Amino acid sequence: MKRLKDFSYHRNLENYRDLLLVLLQKEVKVRYKSKVLGYLWSIASPLAFAFVYYIAFSGILRVRIEGYPLILMSGLFPWQWFGNSVGTAPKLFLNNSTIIKKVNFPRNIIPLATVMNHMLHFVLSLPVIVLFMMIYHKPISISWLYGMPIMILIQLVTVYGISLILASLNLFLRDIERLTQIVMTFAFYFTPIIFTLDMIPEKYRYLIPFNPAAPLMINWRHLILDGTVDFYYLGISVAYAIAFLLLGTAVYKKLAWKFAEVV
Amino acid sequence: MRESVVTFQNVYKSYPFYHHVRGVKNFLFDFPRNLNKIQNQQYEALRDINFEVYRGEKFGIIGHNGAGKSTTLGLIAGVLKPNKGRVTVRGRISPLLALGAGFHPELDGRENIVLNGVLMGLTRREVQRKMDEIIEFAELDEFIDQQIRVYSSGMVARLGFSVVAHLDPEILLIDEVLGVGDIRFQRKCVKKMQEFRGSDTTMILVSHSLPSVVNLCDRALWIEDHEVRMIGNAQEIAENYCKSAGVEMDLNPQKPVVNTEVTNVIF
Repeated sequence: MKRLKDFSYHRNLENYRDLLLVLLQKEVKVRYKSKVLGYLWSIASPLAFAFVYYIAFSGILRVRIEGYPLILMSGLFPWQWFGNSVGTAPKLFLNNSTIIKKVNFPRNIIPLATVMNHMLHFVLSLPVIVLFMMIYHKPISISWLYGMPIMILIQLVTVYGISLILASLNLFLRDIERLTQIVMTFAFYFTPIIFTLDMIPEKYRYLIPFNPAAPLMINWRHLILDGTVDFYYLGISVAYAIAFLLLGTAVYKKLAWKFAEVV
Repeated sequence: MRESVVTFQNVYKSYPFYHHVRGVKNFLFDFPRNLNKIQNQQYEALRDINFEVYRGEKFGIIGHNGAGKSTTLGLIAGVLKPNKGRVTVRGRISPLLALGAGFHPELDGRENIVLNGVLMGLTRREVQRKMDEIIEFAELDEFIDQQIRVYSSGMVARLGFSVVAHLDPEILLIDEVLGVGDIRFQRKCVKKMQEFRGSDTTMILVSHSLPSVVNLCDRALWIEDHEVRMIGNAQEIAENYCKSAGVEMDLNPQKPVVNTEVTNVIF
Protein backbone atom coordinates (compact mmCIF):
# COMPACT_ATOMS: atom_id res chain seq x y z
CA MET A 1 0.00 0.00 0.00
CA LYS A 2 2.94 2.28 0.68
CA ARG A 3 3.84 2.07 -2.97
CA LEU A 4 0.38 3.08 -4.03
CA LYS A 5 0.59 6.19 -1.93
CA ASP A 6 3.91 7.08 -3.51
CA PHE A 7 2.40 7.05 -6.95
CA SER A 8 -0.30 9.49 -6.06
CA TYR A 9 0.42 13.18 -5.90
CA HIS A 10 1.77 14.14 -2.51
CA ARG A 11 -0.36 17.19 -1.84
CA ASN A 12 -3.41 16.87 0.36
CA LEU A 13 -6.24 19.21 1.13
CA GLU A 14 -4.50 20.68 4.15
CA ASN A 15 -1.51 21.57 2.03
CA TYR A 16 -3.71 23.28 -0.59
CA ARG A 17 -5.42 25.27 2.14
CA ASP A 18 -2.11 26.28 3.70
CA LEU A 19 -0.65 27.15 0.32
CA LEU A 20 -3.56 29.50 -0.34
CA LEU A 21 -3.36 30.98 3.16
CA VAL A 22 0.38 31.57 3.02
CA LEU A 23 0.17 33.17 -0.43
CA LEU A 24 -2.78 35.30 0.66
CA GLN A 25 -0.89 36.33 3.77
CA LYS A 26 2.04 37.19 1.55
CA GLU A 27 -0.13 39.41 -0.63
CA VAL A 28 -1.60 41.21 2.35
CA LYS A 29 1.78 41.69 4.01
CA VAL A 30 3.51 42.88 0.87
CA ARG A 31 0.75 45.42 0.46
CA TYR A 32 1.10 46.75 3.97
CA LYS A 33 4.79 46.36 4.63
CA SER A 34 6.72 49.59 4.97
CA LYS A 35 3.48 51.52 4.84
CA VAL A 36 2.56 53.37 8.00
CA LEU A 37 -1.10 54.01 7.27
CA GLY A 38 -1.85 50.52 6.03
CA TYR A 39 -5.61 50.02 5.98
CA LEU A 40 -6.33 53.68 5.34
CA TRP A 41 -4.69 53.46 1.94
CA SER A 42 -7.05 50.79 0.71
CA ILE A 43 -10.06 53.03 1.34
CA ALA A 44 -8.32 56.30 0.50
CA SER A 45 -8.10 55.60 -3.20
CA PRO A 46 -11.79 54.91 -3.99
CA LEU A 47 -12.76 57.74 -1.64
CA ALA A 48 -10.43 60.13 -3.44
CA PHE A 49 -11.88 59.08 -6.79
CA ALA A 50 -15.40 59.55 -5.49
CA PHE A 51 -14.44 63.00 -4.29
CA VAL A 52 -12.89 63.97 -7.64
CA TYR A 53 -15.90 62.81 -9.67
CA TYR A 54 -18.25 64.50 -7.25
CA ILE A 55 -16.44 67.82 -7.67
CA ALA A 56 -16.22 67.38 -11.44
CA PHE A 57 -19.83 66.45 -12.10
CA SER A 58 -21.80 68.09 -9.32
CA GLY A 59 -19.54 71.07 -8.67
CA ILE A 60 -18.23 72.04 -12.09
CA LEU A 61 -20.46 70.46 -14.74
CA ARG A 62 -23.47 71.01 -12.48
CA VAL A 63 -25.17 67.76 -13.37
CA ARG A 64 -28.01 67.30 -10.91
CA ILE A 65 -28.10 63.73 -9.69
CA GLU A 66 -30.01 62.72 -6.60
CA GLY A 67 -27.64 61.33 -3.95
CA TYR A 68 -24.63 61.37 -6.21
CA PRO A 69 -22.00 60.73 -3.48
CA LEU A 70 -23.59 57.39 -2.59
CA ILE A 71 -24.04 56.47 -6.26
CA LEU A 72 -20.35 57.08 -6.77
CA MET A 73 -19.31 55.04 -3.77
CA SER A 74 -21.58 52.11 -4.56
CA GLY A 75 -19.92 51.98 -7.97
CA LEU A 76 -16.31 52.81 -7.20
CA PHE A 77 -15.78 50.45 -4.26
CA PRO A 78 -16.75 47.22 -6.07
CA TRP A 79 -15.00 48.49 -9.19
CA GLN A 80 -11.80 49.04 -7.22
CA TRP A 81 -11.74 45.29 -6.55
CA PHE A 82 -12.59 44.36 -10.13
CA GLY A 83 -10.33 46.92 -11.80
CA ASN A 84 -7.29 46.45 -9.58
CA SER A 85 -7.44 42.67 -9.88
CA VAL A 86 -7.80 42.59 -13.64
CA GLY A 87 -5.40 45.49 -14.15
CA THR A 88 -2.58 43.79 -12.25
CA ALA A 89 -3.43 40.27 -13.48
CA PRO A 90 -1.04 40.14 -16.47
CA LYS A 91 1.99 40.45 -14.19
CA LEU A 92 0.92 37.87 -11.61
CA PHE A 93 3.08 34.99 -12.77
CA LEU A 94 5.93 37.30 -13.77
CA ASN A 95 6.05 38.76 -10.28
CA ASN A 96 6.26 35.29 -8.81
CA SER A 97 8.93 34.01 -11.17
CA THR A 98 11.30 33.15 -8.31
CA ILE A 99 8.99 30.49 -6.94
CA ILE A 100 7.62 29.32 -10.30
CA LYS A 101 11.10 28.44 -11.50
CA LYS A 102 12.04 26.49 -8.40
CA VAL A 103 9.10 24.40 -7.34
CA ASN A 104 6.33 22.55 -9.04
CA PHE A 105 3.11 23.57 -7.35
CA PRO A 106 -0.39 24.38 -8.63
CA ARG A 107 0.36 27.85 -9.96
CA ASN A 108 -3.29 28.76 -10.38
CA ILE A 109 -3.31 29.34 -6.63
CA ILE A 110 -1.37 32.56 -7.22
CA PRO A 111 -4.20 34.37 -9.07
CA LEU A 112 -6.68 33.00 -6.56
CA ALA A 113 -4.68 34.41 -3.64
CA THR A 114 -4.28 37.80 -5.33
CA VAL A 115 -7.95 38.10 -6.23
CA MET A 116 -8.90 37.11 -2.69
CA ASN A 117 -6.55 39.77 -1.37
CA HIS A 118 -8.42 42.42 -3.38
CA MET A 119 -11.70 40.88 -2.24
CA LEU A 120 -10.59 41.17 1.37
CA HIS A 121 -9.92 44.86 0.90
CA PHE A 122 -13.34 45.34 -0.62
CA VAL A 123 -14.99 43.62 2.34
CA LEU A 124 -12.94 45.74 4.75
CA SER A 125 -14.07 48.89 2.95
CA LEU A 126 -17.77 48.07 3.37
CA PRO A 127 -17.96 49.80 6.77
CA VAL A 128 -17.02 53.04 5.02
CA ILE A 129 -20.02 52.66 2.71
CA VAL A 130 -22.21 51.93 5.72
CA LEU A 131 -20.90 55.05 7.42
CA PHE A 132 -21.74 57.24 4.42
CA MET A 133 -25.18 55.66 4.11
CA MET A 134 -25.84 56.59 7.71
CA ILE A 135 -24.64 60.13 7.06
CA TYR A 136 -27.11 60.41 4.15
CA HIS A 137 -29.89 58.71 6.15
CA LYS A 138 -30.14 55.83 3.77
CA PRO A 139 -31.39 52.58 5.35
CA ILE A 140 -29.24 49.48 5.07
CA SER A 141 -31.20 46.54 3.76
CA ILE A 142 -31.32 43.21 5.54
CA SER A 143 -30.90 41.55 2.13
CA TRP A 144 -27.19 42.45 2.29
CA LEU A 145 -26.84 39.39 4.49
CA TYR A 146 -27.41 36.99 1.62
CA GLY A 147 -26.96 39.39 -1.31
CA MET A 148 -23.37 40.27 -0.40
CA PRO A 149 -22.04 36.69 -0.23
CA ILE A 150 -23.70 35.85 -3.55
CA MET A 151 -22.36 38.93 -5.33
CA ILE A 152 -18.91 38.48 -3.78
CA LEU A 153 -18.78 34.87 -4.91
CA ILE A 154 -19.86 35.72 -8.47
CA GLN A 155 -17.32 38.53 -8.74
CA LEU A 156 -14.59 36.36 -7.19
CA VAL A 157 -15.09 33.61 -9.76
CA THR A 158 -15.31 36.09 -12.65
CA VAL A 159 -12.18 38.00 -11.70
CA TYR A 160 -10.25 34.81 -10.93
CA GLY A 161 -11.10 33.44 -14.39
CA ILE A 162 -10.06 36.64 -16.15
CA SER A 163 -6.84 36.87 -14.10
CA LEU A 164 -5.92 33.31 -14.95
CA ILE A 165 -6.33 34.00 -18.68
CA LEU A 166 -4.37 37.26 -18.63
CA ALA A 167 -1.58 36.05 -16.34
CA SER A 168 -1.02 32.90 -18.42
CA LEU A 169 -1.12 34.55 -21.83
CA ASN A 170 1.05 37.49 -20.81
CA LEU A 171 3.99 35.14 -20.25
CA PHE A 172 3.97 34.40 -23.96
CA LEU A 173 2.78 37.71 -25.36
CA ARG A 174 3.98 40.49 -23.11
CA ASP A 175 1.90 43.14 -24.90
CA ILE A 176 -1.16 41.90 -23.08
CA GLU A 177 -0.12 43.96 -20.11
CA ARG A 178 -0.39 47.22 -22.13
CA LEU A 179 -3.51 46.07 -23.88
CA THR A 180 -5.18 45.34 -20.55
CA GLN A 181 -4.50 48.86 -19.30
CA ILE A 182 -6.22 50.39 -22.31
CA VAL A 183 -9.15 47.99 -22.22
CA MET A 184 -9.63 48.70 -18.52
CA THR A 185 -9.82 52.44 -19.17
CA PHE A 186 -12.56 51.80 -21.71
CA ALA A 187 -14.29 49.38 -19.36
CA PHE A 188 -14.33 51.97 -16.60
CA TYR A 189 -16.17 54.56 -18.66
CA PHE A 190 -18.43 52.09 -20.47
CA THR A 191 -19.64 50.54 -17.23
CA PRO A 192 -22.25 52.21 -15.02
CA ILE A 193 -19.81 53.20 -12.27
CA ILE A 194 -19.75 56.97 -12.15
CA PHE A 195 -23.17 57.13 -13.80
CA THR A 196 -26.26 54.99 -13.38
CA LEU A 197 -27.99 52.54 -15.65
CA ASP A 198 -30.91 54.98 -16.23
CA MET A 199 -28.55 57.56 -17.67
CA ILE A 200 -27.59 55.28 -20.54
CA PRO A 201 -29.75 56.10 -23.60
CA GLU A 202 -32.38 53.45 -24.24
CA LYS A 203 -31.08 52.60 -27.70
CA TYR A 204 -27.67 51.59 -26.34
CA ARG A 205 -28.84 49.44 -23.45
CA TYR A 206 -28.89 46.26 -25.51
CA LEU A 207 -25.08 46.51 -25.50
CA ILE A 208 -24.79 46.19 -21.73
CA PRO A 209 -24.66 42.36 -21.63
CA PHE A 210 -21.58 42.46 -23.86
CA ASN A 211 -19.58 44.15 -21.12
CA PRO A 212 -18.79 41.53 -18.45
CA ALA A 213 -18.28 44.18 -15.78
CA ALA A 214 -21.54 46.05 -16.39
CA PRO A 215 -24.08 43.51 -15.08
CA LEU A 216 -21.96 43.07 -11.95
CA MET A 217 -21.66 46.77 -11.22
CA ILE A 218 -25.36 47.35 -11.91
CA ASN A 219 -26.27 44.77 -9.30
CA TRP A 220 -23.72 45.99 -6.78
CA ARG A 221 -25.39 49.41 -6.88
CA HIS A 222 -28.86 47.86 -6.66
CA LEU A 223 -27.81 45.77 -3.70
CA ILE A 224 -25.96 48.48 -1.79
CA LEU A 225 -28.48 51.29 -2.28
CA ASP A 226 -31.82 49.48 -2.55
CA GLY A 227 -31.17 46.01 -1.19
CA THR A 228 -32.38 44.35 -4.39
CA VAL A 229 -30.86 42.62 -7.38
CA ASP A 230 -31.90 42.52 -11.00
CA PHE A 231 -32.24 38.85 -11.87
CA TYR A 232 -31.75 39.38 -15.59
CA TYR A 233 -28.33 40.92 -15.01
CA LEU A 234 -27.57 38.47 -12.23
CA GLY A 235 -28.10 35.62 -14.67
CA ILE A 236 -25.71 37.22 -17.15
CA SER A 237 -23.11 37.67 -14.41
CA VAL A 238 -23.35 34.03 -13.42
CA ALA A 239 -22.97 32.98 -17.04
CA TYR A 240 -19.89 35.18 -17.40
CA ALA A 241 -18.44 33.83 -14.15
CA ILE A 242 -18.75 30.23 -15.32
CA ALA A 243 -17.50 31.04 -18.81
CA PHE A 244 -14.39 32.86 -17.53
CA LEU A 245 -13.67 30.14 -15.00
CA LEU A 246 -13.81 27.43 -17.67
CA LEU A 247 -11.86 29.43 -20.23
CA GLY A 248 -9.25 30.47 -17.66
CA THR A 249 -8.76 26.93 -16.47
CA ALA A 250 -8.48 25.68 -20.06
CA VAL A 251 -5.87 28.31 -20.99
CA TYR A 252 -3.94 27.63 -17.79
CA LYS A 253 -3.99 23.86 -18.28
CA LYS A 254 -2.77 24.25 -21.84
CA LEU A 255 0.12 26.57 -21.02
CA ALA A 256 1.15 25.86 -17.42
CA TRP A 257 3.83 23.31 -18.29
CA LYS A 258 5.80 25.97 -20.14
CA PHE A 259 5.67 28.65 -17.44
CA ALA A 260 9.12 27.96 -16.00
CA GLU A 261 10.68 28.28 -19.45
CA VAL A 262 9.28 31.66 -20.30
CA VAL A 263 8.73 33.42 -17.00
CA MET B 1 15.13 -5.12 -6.06
CA ARG B 2 15.77 -1.46 -5.47
CA GLU B 3 12.97 0.98 -5.94
CA SER B 4 13.59 3.76 -8.41
CA VAL B 5 12.35 7.21 -7.45
CA VAL B 6 13.45 9.08 -10.56
CA THR B 7 13.20 7.53 -14.00
CA PHE B 8 14.14 9.13 -17.32
CA GLN B 9 12.97 7.20 -20.38
CA ASN B 10 14.18 8.46 -23.77
CA VAL B 11 13.83 12.05 -22.63
CA TYR B 12 14.21 14.87 -25.15
CA LYS B 13 14.02 18.49 -24.17
CA SER B 14 14.34 21.45 -26.46
CA TYR B 15 13.56 25.10 -25.99
CA PRO B 16 12.05 27.28 -28.67
CA PHE B 17 13.59 30.71 -29.07
CA TYR B 18 10.63 32.58 -27.70
CA HIS B 19 12.21 35.99 -27.94
CA HIS B 20 11.83 35.95 -31.71
CA VAL B 21 8.10 36.30 -31.46
CA ARG B 22 7.64 38.34 -28.31
CA GLY B 23 4.92 40.84 -28.90
CA VAL B 24 1.43 40.61 -30.28
CA LYS B 25 2.24 42.87 -33.22
CA ASN B 26 5.03 40.77 -34.61
CA PHE B 27 3.18 37.60 -33.84
CA LEU B 28 0.01 38.52 -35.66
CA PHE B 29 1.52 40.37 -38.59
CA ASP B 30 3.38 37.41 -39.84
CA PHE B 31 1.53 34.54 -38.31
CA PRO B 32 2.44 31.61 -40.59
CA ARG B 33 6.10 32.48 -40.68
CA ASN B 34 6.19 32.92 -36.92
CA LEU B 35 4.52 29.62 -36.32
CA ASN B 36 7.12 28.07 -38.52
CA LYS B 37 9.85 29.84 -36.62
CA ILE B 38 8.63 28.51 -33.30
CA GLN B 39 8.61 25.01 -34.64
CA ASN B 40 11.96 25.12 -36.38
CA GLN B 41 14.16 27.23 -34.21
CA GLN B 42 14.60 24.93 -31.32
CA TYR B 43 17.52 24.65 -29.01
CA GLU B 44 18.06 21.05 -28.08
CA ALA B 45 19.07 20.81 -24.46
CA LEU B 46 18.73 17.08 -23.87
CA ARG B 47 18.76 14.21 -26.35
CA ASP B 48 17.53 10.72 -25.57
CA ILE B 49 18.40 10.66 -21.90
CA ASN B 50 17.91 7.43 -19.96
CA PHE B 51 18.74 6.83 -16.34
CA GLU B 52 17.30 5.81 -13.01
CA VAL B 53 17.94 7.00 -9.49
CA TYR B 54 17.06 4.63 -6.68
CA ARG B 55 15.58 5.37 -3.30
CA GLY B 56 18.15 6.58 -0.82
CA GLU B 57 20.83 6.93 -3.43
CA LYS B 58 23.21 9.89 -3.60
CA PHE B 59 23.46 10.74 -7.27
CA GLY B 60 25.78 13.25 -8.91
CA ILE B 61 25.40 14.95 -12.28
CA ILE B 62 28.49 16.38 -13.94
CA GLY B 63 29.29 17.90 -17.31
CA HIS B 64 30.51 21.06 -18.98
CA ASN B 65 28.64 24.34 -18.91
CA GLY B 66 25.54 24.17 -21.05
CA ALA B 67 25.61 20.40 -21.34
CA GLY B 68 22.10 20.10 -19.93
CA LYS B 69 22.66 19.50 -16.22
CA SER B 70 20.32 22.17 -14.95
CA THR B 71 17.67 21.21 -17.48
CA THR B 72 17.85 17.68 -16.11
CA LEU B 73 17.36 19.00 -12.61
CA GLY B 74 14.46 21.18 -13.77
CA LEU B 75 12.81 18.11 -15.27
CA ILE B 76 13.20 16.22 -12.01
CA ALA B 77 11.79 19.15 -10.05
CA GLY B 78 8.79 19.11 -12.36
CA VAL B 79 9.08 22.75 -13.38
CA LEU B 80 10.00 21.65 -16.90
CA LYS B 81 8.28 19.04 -19.03
CA PRO B 82 10.04 16.90 -21.64
CA ASN B 83 9.16 17.24 -25.32
CA LYS B 84 9.49 13.53 -25.84
CA GLY B 85 9.94 10.61 -23.49
CA ARG B 86 8.91 10.20 -19.89
CA VAL B 87 10.13 11.53 -16.58
CA THR B 88 8.71 9.74 -13.57
CA VAL B 89 9.35 11.06 -10.07
CA ARG B 90 8.00 9.53 -6.88
CA GLY B 91 8.19 11.51 -3.70
CA ARG B 92 8.25 14.99 -2.26
CA ILE B 93 10.89 17.06 -3.99
CA SER B 94 12.80 19.93 -2.44
CA PRO B 95 12.67 23.30 -4.19
CA LEU B 96 15.50 23.70 -6.66
CA LEU B 97 18.30 25.00 -4.58
CA ALA B 98 20.28 27.68 -6.28
CA LEU B 99 21.11 31.17 -5.22
CA GLY B 100 17.96 32.91 -4.02
CA ALA B 101 15.82 29.77 -4.01
CA GLY B 102 12.07 30.36 -4.05
CA PHE B 103 12.26 33.36 -1.76
CA HIS B 104 10.12 36.41 -1.86
CA PRO B 105 12.20 39.54 -1.23
CA GLU B 106 9.47 41.42 0.63
CA LEU B 107 8.86 38.71 3.21
CA ASP B 108 11.05 38.09 6.23
CA GLY B 109 13.07 34.95 6.85
CA ARG B 110 10.45 33.11 8.86
CA GLU B 111 7.70 33.82 6.35
CA ASN B 112 9.90 32.61 3.53
CA ILE B 113 10.60 29.37 5.37
CA VAL B 114 6.87 28.73 5.65
CA LEU B 115 6.33 29.75 2.01
CA ASN B 116 8.93 27.27 0.80
CA GLY B 117 7.58 24.54 3.01
CA VAL B 118 4.03 24.78 1.73
CA LEU B 119 5.27 25.16 -1.84
CA MET B 120 7.02 21.83 -1.60
CA GLY B 121 3.94 20.17 -0.24
CA LEU B 122 4.16 20.36 3.55
CA THR B 123 1.50 21.83 5.77
CA ARG B 124 2.14 24.86 7.97
CA ARG B 125 2.11 22.70 11.08
CA GLU B 126 4.84 20.50 9.68
CA VAL B 127 6.93 23.54 8.78
CA GLN B 128 6.47 25.12 12.23
CA ARG B 129 7.91 22.03 13.86
CA LYS B 130 11.14 22.43 11.89
CA MET B 131 11.29 26.21 12.22
CA ASP B 132 13.76 26.50 15.11
CA GLU B 133 16.09 23.93 13.63
CA ILE B 134 16.16 25.77 10.29
CA ILE B 135 16.80 29.16 11.87
CA GLU B 136 19.53 27.81 14.08
CA PHE B 137 21.32 26.09 11.23
CA ALA B 138 21.16 29.16 8.97
CA GLU B 139 22.82 31.30 11.68
CA LEU B 140 20.88 34.40 10.76
CA ASP B 141 20.27 35.58 14.33
CA GLU B 142 18.22 38.75 14.37
CA PHE B 143 18.12 38.86 10.57
CA ILE B 144 15.53 36.12 10.56
CA ASP B 145 12.87 38.75 11.24
CA GLN B 146 14.14 41.06 8.50
CA GLN B 147 12.92 41.12 4.93
CA ILE B 148 14.96 38.95 2.59
CA ARG B 149 15.82 41.93 0.39
CA VAL B 150 18.20 43.26 3.04
CA TYR B 151 20.07 39.93 3.26
CA SER B 152 23.53 39.51 1.83
CA SER B 153 23.84 36.86 -0.86
CA GLY B 154 25.58 34.61 1.64
CA MET B 155 22.69 34.89 4.06
CA VAL B 156 20.18 34.01 1.34
CA ALA B 157 22.25 30.98 0.39
CA ARG B 158 22.51 29.88 4.02
CA LEU B 159 18.80 30.16 4.56
CA GLY B 160 18.18 28.39 1.25
CA PHE B 161 20.32 25.44 2.13
CA SER B 162 18.94 25.24 5.63
CA VAL B 163 15.37 25.24 4.36
CA VAL B 164 15.75 22.46 1.83
CA ALA B 165 17.95 20.35 4.06
CA HIS B 166 15.63 20.47 7.05
CA LEU B 167 12.22 20.29 5.46
CA ASP B 168 12.55 16.55 5.06
CA PRO B 169 12.36 16.24 1.31
CA GLU B 170 12.20 12.70 0.00
CA ILE B 171 14.25 13.86 -2.95
CA LEU B 172 16.80 16.58 -2.31
CA LEU B 173 17.92 18.56 -5.36
CA ILE B 174 21.08 20.59 -5.06
CA ASP B 175 22.36 22.72 -7.91
CA GLU B 176 25.87 23.99 -7.49
CA VAL B 177 25.27 25.46 -4.10
CA LEU B 178 28.52 24.75 -2.40
CA GLY B 179 30.24 27.69 -4.05
CA VAL B 180 28.42 30.21 -1.91
CA GLY B 181 28.68 31.03 1.75
CA ASP B 182 31.93 31.25 3.66
CA ILE B 183 34.26 28.33 4.27
CA ARG B 184 32.87 27.55 7.67
CA PHE B 185 29.33 27.39 6.42
CA GLN B 186 30.33 25.32 3.42
CA ARG B 187 31.81 22.75 5.77
CA LYS B 188 28.61 22.75 7.74
CA CYS B 189 26.62 22.13 4.56
CA VAL B 190 28.82 19.26 3.51
CA LYS B 191 28.58 17.77 6.99
CA LYS B 192 24.82 18.04 6.79
CA MET B 193 24.83 16.39 3.39
CA GLN B 194 26.96 13.59 4.72
CA GLU B 195 24.34 13.01 7.39
CA PHE B 196 21.97 12.21 4.57
CA ARG B 197 24.27 9.43 3.43
CA GLY B 198 22.84 6.82 5.71
CA SER B 199 19.29 8.09 5.40
CA ASP B 200 16.41 7.24 3.14
CA THR B 201 16.61 10.64 1.46
CA THR B 202 17.54 10.56 -2.20
CA MET B 203 20.01 13.30 -3.03
CA ILE B 204 20.72 14.58 -6.52
CA LEU B 205 23.68 16.90 -6.73
CA VAL B 206 24.71 18.94 -9.75
CA SER B 207 28.21 20.23 -9.34
CA HIS B 208 31.42 21.25 -11.01
CA SER B 209 33.23 20.31 -7.88
CA LEU B 210 34.42 16.79 -8.57
CA PRO B 211 35.63 16.21 -5.02
CA SER B 212 32.14 16.91 -3.69
CA VAL B 213 30.64 14.52 -6.20
CA VAL B 214 33.16 11.79 -5.42
CA ASN B 215 32.83 12.20 -1.69
CA LEU B 216 29.11 12.66 -1.43
CA CYS B 217 27.73 10.51 -4.21
CA ASP B 218 27.46 6.77 -4.83
CA ARG B 219 26.82 7.05 -8.52
CA ALA B 220 27.16 9.77 -11.08
CA LEU B 221 25.85 10.73 -14.48
CA TRP B 222 28.06 12.49 -16.98
CA ILE B 223 26.23 14.54 -19.56
CA GLU B 224 28.11 15.72 -22.61
CA ASP B 225 26.68 17.62 -25.54
CA HIS B 226 23.15 17.04 -24.31
CA GLU B 227 23.55 13.27 -24.21
CA VAL B 228 24.43 10.71 -21.57
CA ARG B 229 28.14 10.02 -21.86
CA MET B 230 28.50 7.69 -18.90
CA ILE B 231 26.64 6.48 -15.84
CA GLY B 232 28.24 4.59 -13.02
CA ASN B 233 30.36 4.68 -9.92
CA ALA B 234 31.03 8.30 -8.97
CA GLN B 235 34.80 7.84 -8.65
CA GLU B 236 35.06 6.18 -12.05
CA ILE B 237 32.96 8.77 -13.79
CA ALA B 238 34.97 11.59 -12.27
CA GLU B 239 38.23 10.02 -13.43
CA ASN B 240 36.98 9.57 -16.96
CA TYR B 241 35.57 13.07 -17.00
CA CYS B 242 38.93 14.49 -16.04
CA LYS B 243 40.72 12.40 -18.61
CA SER B 244 38.47 13.65 -21.38
CA ALA B 245 38.81 17.23 -20.24
CA GLY B 246 42.58 16.82 -20.28
CA VAL B 247 42.87 17.79 -16.66
CA GLU B 248 44.59 15.78 -14.02
CA MET B 249 42.17 14.71 -11.37
CA ASP B 250 43.22 15.77 -7.96
CA LEU B 251 41.14 15.12 -4.94
CA ASN B 252 43.87 16.38 -2.73
CA PRO B 253 42.34 19.22 -0.80
CA GLN B 254 45.56 21.18 -0.42
CA LYS B 255 45.91 22.13 -4.05
CA PRO B 256 42.66 21.82 -5.90
CA VAL B 257 43.29 21.62 -9.63
CA VAL B 258 39.97 20.82 -11.16
CA ASN B 259 37.93 23.25 -9.19
CA THR B 260 38.70 26.31 -7.20
CA GLU B 261 35.92 25.85 -4.72
CA VAL B 262 36.95 25.53 -1.18
CA THR B 263 34.49 22.85 -0.30
CA ASN B 264 37.07 20.14 -0.58
CA VAL B 265 39.29 21.51 2.15
CA ILE B 266 37.75 19.23 4.67
CA PHE B 267 38.29 16.01 2.78
